[in-house]
Amino acid sequence: MNRMTIFIMVGSLVLWAAAVAAGSGTGKAPKAAEQVKIGNFSFNPATLTVKVGATVTWINEDDVPHTVVSTTKKFSSRVLDTDDKYAQAFANPGTYEYYCSVHPHMKGKVIVQ
Amino acid sequence: MSRRIIYDHNGDGIDRRGFLECMAWVGTGVLYTMASGVVSSETIHGASSRNRGTGQFTFAQISDSHIGFKHDPNNDVTATLREAVARINAMPERPDFVIHTGDITHLSAPSEFDTATQVLTGVKTSRVFYVPGEHDVLTDDGQDYLDRYGKGTAGRGWYSFDHKGVHFIGLVNVLNLKPGGLGLLGNDQLEWLEKDVSGLSASTPIVVFAHMPLWSIYPQWGWGTDDAAQALSYLKRFGSVTVLNGHIHQTMQKVEGHVTFHTAMSTAFPQPQPGTAPGPGPLKVPAEKLRSLLGLADVAFVPNKGSLAIIDSTLAGA
Repeated sequence: MNRMTIFIMVGSLVLWAAAVAAGSGTGKAPKAAEQVKIGNFSFNPATLTVKVGATVTWINEDDVPHTVVSTTKKFSSRVLDTDDKYAQAFANPGTYEYYCSVHPHMKGKVIVQ
Repeated sequence: MSRRIIYDHNGDGIDRRGFLECMAWVGTGVLYTMASGVVSSETIHGASSRNRGTGQFTFAQISDSHIGFKHDPNNDVTATLREAVARINAMPERPDFVIHTGDITHLSAPSEFDTATQVLTGVKTSRVFYVPGEHDVLTDDGQDYLDRYGKGTAGRGWYSFDHKGVHFIGLVNVLNLKPGGLGLLGNDQLEWLEKDVSGLSASTPIVVFAHMPLWSIYPQWGWGTDDAAQALSYLKRFGSVTVLNGHIHQTMQKVEGHVTFHTAMSTAFPQPQPGTAPGPGPLKVPAEKLRSLLGLADVAFVPNKGSLAIIDSTLAGA
């Protein structure tokens, strides 16, 4: 085995590791950065459409705490203080409605296709 | 500030000018004078001018202390709560008790409850009564709040008591909130309330206090309680009902028949007037203006007049 062969093997290993990391071990395509901002007592966007397997991240930009709670109790964040984030993966297609359990007039939905 | 506003909805009608002044006068504290049917409102500094007779008493309302909040416009809410306590202690007439209408803490943290308790221990009065705000029940469905303040209460923290002929009812409207809804009392509490008042004579003055408004102020911002109308239906037959709330961090008053609704200021931060901002939440105001928008309430009761006098006063000024 010459130096060039070893170099190519190591290089391939690095590329493979990078590919695995990007796919989080699922072997699927890398996730898009799907984000919902919480501000002025509302979810923005209120309706977010994502692909199956996507992870949605909520970030609280208000100076009061909020939560992200599925109306059918499929998922629930802890209490999010200012700048706190919550991530939720969506493995199956469907429409996922949620609200803030502290301020229940705040509603949103994630459509997974 | 030493303005005085008197409400006399059971006597010769509402003092309309005073009512409007109160509506415009965002950010004062309230001293409630129960005067056998009349709710009146004045600044704490005007309180000494009231005449007192047998059976008269006062109590104070503080609200929305949000201990733990550290943002604009107030990064020391413990200090402003202390100032509110000092205002109560400086009143010419010592209140028989104090009620805190919720959002004691900002994040329901044990250390925040501890700080609030420590500061409120300094109030010169016999007792502080509490009802929870949504910020006090963020974890464990409010169990920590109930362990601390709910001893001897019914259900999930509601209760009533009598004081010098007045029936006081503390309600909880911040638990089990439904998606898309507002504040909620729930069936268990409504049933309890119906029974609680069933044996009272219609002439008994009633004071109801809860965190979220029991009247629909601005549902778009969640400022209301879904099943408040049901609760109020049980109180229709009473000649004097006073409903005291917090939550909206500003004073607002409405009189509907024999029922007077009043919201108190926060001791922590103001919120915008309904619909004047993209959403509710802390109103960023200059430091020099902050204390004119924070405050408390003092209430006085005068027997045989059938109502309460509510006095809002701010933390600003001498």
